[in-house]
Amino acid sequence: MTALNETVVEATLDDDLVITDARRPLSRNKLVALRLRSMPRFWVGISIFALIVLWAFLGPILAQWSPTERDALNMGMGPTLRHWFGTNAIGQDIYAQTLSGLQKSLVIGLVAGISATLIAAIVGSTAGYLGGGTDKVIGWVVHLLLVVPAFFIFVLLSPLYRGLSWIALTFFLALFSWMIMAQVVRSQTRSLRNRDFVRAARYMGMPTSGILRRHIIPNIASLLIIDATLGVVAAIMAETSLSYFGFGVQKPEVSLGTLLADGTSAALTRPWLFVFPAMVLIILLFAISLVGDALRDAIDPTSGVNRG
Amino acid sequence: MTLYVIRRFFNYAILSLVATCLAYVLASLVLDPAERFYGMNPRPPQASIDASLNEMGVNPDVPVLVRLWDWLVQLFTEFSLGTTVGGQQVTAEIAARSGASLRLLLVGSIIGAVLGVVLGVWGAVRQYKASDQVVTYTSFLIFATPVFVIGVLLMIGATMLNNALGTQVIRFTGEYTAGISGNWWDLALDRAVHLLLPTIALALIGAATYSRYQRSVMLDVLGADYIRTARSKGLRRNQALVRHGVRIALIPMTTFFAYSFGTLIAGSAMLEIVFSWRGMGQFSLEAVTKNDINAIAGSTLFVAVLILISSTLSEALYAALDPRVRS
Repeated sequence: MTALNETVVEATLDDDLVITDARRPLSRNKLVALRLRSMPRFWVGISIFALIVLWAFLGPILAQWSPTERDALNMGMGPTLRHWFGTNAIGQDIYAQTLSGLQKSLVIGLVAGISATLIAAIVGSTAGYLGGGTDKVIGWVVHLLLVVPAFFIFVLLSPLYRGLSWIALTFFLALFSWMIMAQVVRSQTRSLRNRDFVRAARYMGMPTSGILRRHIIPNIASLLIIDATLGVVAAIMAETSLSYFGFGVQKPEVSLGTLLADGTSAALTRPWLFVFPAMVLIILLFAISLVGDALRDAIDPTSGVNRG
Repeated sequence: MTLYVIRRFFNYAILSLVATCLAYVLASLVLDPAERFYGMNPRPPQASIDASLNEMGVNPDVPVLVRLWDWLVQLFTEFSLGTTVGGQQVTAEIAARSGASLRLLLVGSIIGAVLGVVLGVWGAVRQYKASDQVVTYTSFLIFATPVFVIGVLLMIGATMLNNALGTQVIRFTGEYTAGISGNWWDLALDRAVHLLLPTIALALIGAATYSRYQRSVMLDVLGADYIRTARSKGLRRNQALVRHGVRIALIPMTTFFAYSFGTLIAGSAMLEIVFSWRGMGQFSLEAVTKNDINAIAGSTLFVAVLILISSTLSEALYAALDPRVRS
């Protein structure tokens, strides 16, 4: 069955190949781009994500209310034409607050998710390439951090960053979510280490940092791209969860997590306080996951949804 | 193989101990256990603050490593993890609270696992068909929803249902209705009703996770030669799938389940807080807000030991079930 489906995939690709260029074989990047272009879920995911980003940063220009402004005549109102997502108990506009929270969650998620991948790439490839003592020490640290659930580590560290701004939270999120990926990068690097082109570079006297940058990292780039996408999802999820329980972004700063926390106490009587920000969060994470999954399938057709 | 499992066990055991010590040191450095006394009115005299801090073994004036050593000595000689800020033994609290966590998790995670395995096999057999796509995208949607959001959305749904019916059909705050009395049956029913929403939440998350995993394992198995052999031997499609396919595909699932149960107990904190259960996860988060160093170190040890047991168990199970790794 595996073989069968793979031949089907190859056949469709060959068709595309004939259309684009009959003689020259496709480069790997072009092949990936071709596969991506034929995946509806990639387009759905990336367009929803782009729309949400645009909405988060351009939406406030069109909004009638600012996040802190109070409309004393419409306190605790459900969704109306005046307040699209309703208002909270003191008359603040939930639509404006959602946009402002979304901005912060997006920035934190993108920065923390991508930085975590960079840390994983550096640590994992160094451990895998150098081997020996360095590898043992790094492996040990990774295992140590995995013994205790990440969420608990963040909660325990929260007194350190709670007094500072959300930038400190972003930093901590990146600092403690690279471990699993580093293990994957490490094992990939170990298999690359003894390949001829890496050996040749080594014997030519290229320094280790150069070999890692020029030969190892580019060869695991596809892996890192997938991980960065899923890392953004994980970082947004961690930020909202931590902020929700009071261990993340602190008042008066607003993120989707603090907004959801505010909405919960009244969620049973005024559901719009919770449901609208929650829907925005779910749609955002769903869209990024779709992109990540499509990327994984495009880069490695034997994995993910359409594997087999 | 046994040797391998034993070696892994010792490796994990040392890691757990080191992680606990690090948590103790970290908690001592970032938290101020005297803080709760400063908020009291009238503020207790410094001497009595020091006395109660000394009694708990958390006085910041004593060097951290000395306190850690005392804590470890106490752990290995008296099997005590010290006392909480409330004055209870940490071990007694952990025993009571892990019971609550277990009651919260058991039913939901088993339903989720069974449902996930069934959906995964079904999805693999019907690969690319509409039903497979629906299961796949539904599980993506569940993955995209933070646990606490699932919990609160279920609560909103239950409240709307209660309002529509005019009575309190689904009760969801805590493990049982406070101050309830009645015969055994009423009490059991009350607990079951309280368990309903957390169980649905866990079943959804479990089904999403396990179905993805089972589907991918099952696809590997379906492509294997021995399935083709079974078919060519004259077995019907369903017979070949169940007797030779599902049975093999369940091996990695069993080990995955053994492993995830440990991490699940550790990760149930969000559901416990959302549904106001006094479980282990709620205990460890509360410990941080209460500056309770002994409770933090104790619950870190508890979580690390759980992960230690479940990962050793899953490795041993894998060896026991799959003859190919036994050699």
